[in-house]
Amino acid sequence: MTDRALPDLPGCGVSTPPARPPRPAFLAVYLLLGIAFGIVLTRSEVLSWFRIQEMFRFQSFRMYGIIGSAIATAAASIALIKAVGAKSVAGDPIQIPPKPLGRGISYAAGGTIFGLGWALTGACPGPLFALIGNGDSVMIVAVLSALVGTATYSWLRPRLPH
Amino acid sequence: MRGLHNPMGNWLSTTWPWYIAGPIIGLFVPALLLVGNKVFGISGNLSHMCSALLPRKPEYLRYNWKDVGLWNLVFLAGVLVGGFLAAHIGQPHDVAISPATQAALTRLGLHNFSGVAPHEIFSWRAILTRQGFISIVIGGFLVGFGTAYAGGCTSGHAISGLANFQLPSLIAVIGFFAGGLTATWFILPFVIGAL
Repeated sequence: MTDRALPDLPGCGVSTPPARPPRPAFLAVYLLLGIAFGIVLTRSEVLSWFRIQEMFRFQSFRMYGIIGSAIATAAASIALIKAVGAKSVAGDPIQIPPKPLGRGISYAAGGTIFGLGWALTGACPGPLFALIGNGDSVMIVAVLSALVGTATYSWLRPRLPH
Repeated sequence: MRGLHNPMGNWLSTTWPWYIAGPIIGLFVPALLLVGNKVFGISGNLSHMCSALLPRKPEYLRYNWKDVGLWNLVFLAGVLVGGFLAAHIGQPHDVAISPATQAALTRLGLHNFSGVAPHEIFSWRAILTRQGFISIVIGGFLVGFGTAYAGGCTSGHAISGLANFQLPSLIAVIGFFAGGLTATWFILPFVIGAL
């Protein structure tokens, strides 16, 4: 196919390695972690359009503090996991597959397009779903639009620069 | 701290400070790696849903979405449930944004600052108005198109990717802010200017 040189797997940020079908017990853990994440997104107000406006107007440190300390915590954790060579509970050696850089155009162009949508909706994908849970039912339309957006990308992909 | 006496009734219904919320969000990265060698990132779910739902699929969506993404879709279902729980335990409250932001948004024409998002834009009544349609329908489309094109969103690139020192993620995050600043400063005044 024409786009054979492109990354094989879709996904967020880094490709999740091809995996065995997940075991039911693990799915329960992912559900609980997701519930915790939904609570954090709500209580931190990261899902608030107002907070996103504050961030893009540089009028509060809050969002930068949250994102910055999240990155620092995740970076320290990854470094520790790599240093001790930890294995997952499922028994796999832990590894984060690198994202191919290519010419980098997809990251710059796709990132900018997402940024426009982030400011307009006031929500990135996680908060979109947490908002629906909050009772903001009109965000169902935003999610459906996002699905149309992803499907549109998947059709245009062979013709887009990457 | 009074929260220690009645934690369910207090910390679940208050706004968490950034230095509590940020590190907790960061811990989802090692938690998912340690449980099942999974990389934290939400927007891949949009691809998984398209892969599951579309009858005729281009090559990008032809993969086994259950093996690759079922764990993440279950995580996402949890996010919805968590959003429900957090919003319904305790009383709803307004977002205490900075006075400068409130003044700037008031100048643009916004009147109602209750809730987590302005009702004048994000409500069923507003969805066919200019501000509602651009913010919800077009904004949602750009989120789905952009995250698929960039291969990630705030969680996958800004948190997982930058924490792993990946250059592609840095490029993507610079793009996030280029787009976000453009929309905030040059597009939003047109979108909500006539409220």
